[in-house]
Amino acid sequence: MPRGGILDPEGETIGRALRELGYGGVGAVRSGRLIRLELEAEDTDAARDEAERMCEELLANPVIEDYAVEVRPVVEAAGEGA
Amino acid sequence: MRFGIVRFPGSNCDADCFRAVTEGLSEEAFYLWHRERDLGGADAILLPGGFAYGDYLRAGAIARFSPIMKSVEAFARAGGPVLGICNGFQILCEAGLLPGALARNAGLRFLSLPVHIRVERTDTDFTGAYRTGQVLRMPLSHGEGRFVADEATVERLEAEGRVIFRYVDARGEASGTANPNGSLRNIAGICSEGRNVVGLMPHPDRAYDPILGSDDGLGMFRSAALAAATGATR
Repeated sequence: MPRGGILDPEGETIGRALRELGYGGVGAVRSGRLIRLELEAEDTDAARDEAERMCEELLANPVIEDYAVEVRPVVEAAGEGA
Repeated sequence: MRFGIVRFPGSNCDADCFRAVTEGLSEEAFYLWHRERDLGGADAILLPGGFAYGDYLRAGAIARFSPIMKSVEAFARAGGPVLGICNGFQILCEAGLLPGALARNAGLRFLSLPVHIRVERTDTDFTGAYRTGQVLRMPLSHGEGRFVADEATVERLEAEGRVIFRYVDARGEASGTANPNGSLRNIAGICSEGRNVVGLMPHPDRAYDPILGSDDGLGMFRSAALAAATGATR
């Protein structure tokens, strides 16, 4: 996600479109990116650690983006029909 | 003077850089494939514009891990002159050789237009042939060119005289309307602490001959050649 304080013109445009559609309660909108990846790891903590390292090294640019990691068993993720 | 021009899959201004150097300046240039590790004895490195690796993830994010970038980083840290143009600038920021980042244009549109930029500093490896305050005209062409950095970083760049180009109007004023992409403080180009690594979003490589509408960009390549010829360390 674009970090707080960083102008997010895409988020603003989405927010404007939603309000024009009548969703008057829509406030600030930030638009980011979702990356879902399968990872073999010992356990949830190890997977989270590794994913966070990936974010720091490549997946996010800490100068302009924040990131959050969520870990789920692969079976569950596949069950969503993704 | 031998300029090494790095080609990534998706580079598309490599030939522009080549011709700017060889035809505009009558100096020597050669290409370096991104899988190589040897810089071939280049005196200066050019990272050209384009869409390296399709700009996947973020512009420059994947390119910075190309094998050649390890050598470019070592060359830069040893004081070697490195110029990143457009996508090359994005790669230098992703690689941490220059601070800040290039975000999506404020207007969300890809921009392709001639712009004016003002030379703020001539004490870098790529601006020595200009005059301070000189206004240059050259093309700009990008979707992600909005320079951003945190306040402390921008203040530091300003204090250290590392903002070297600003978007201005034809009279040289850094007005809001002259800022095409929403860059902080109209910043169009910056340099490293050692002043040998320079990045800018506009294209000097597309402005090396009057027949292209401008030869204002040629000075950037000439600056590097002059610095090398005189062995000038500023």
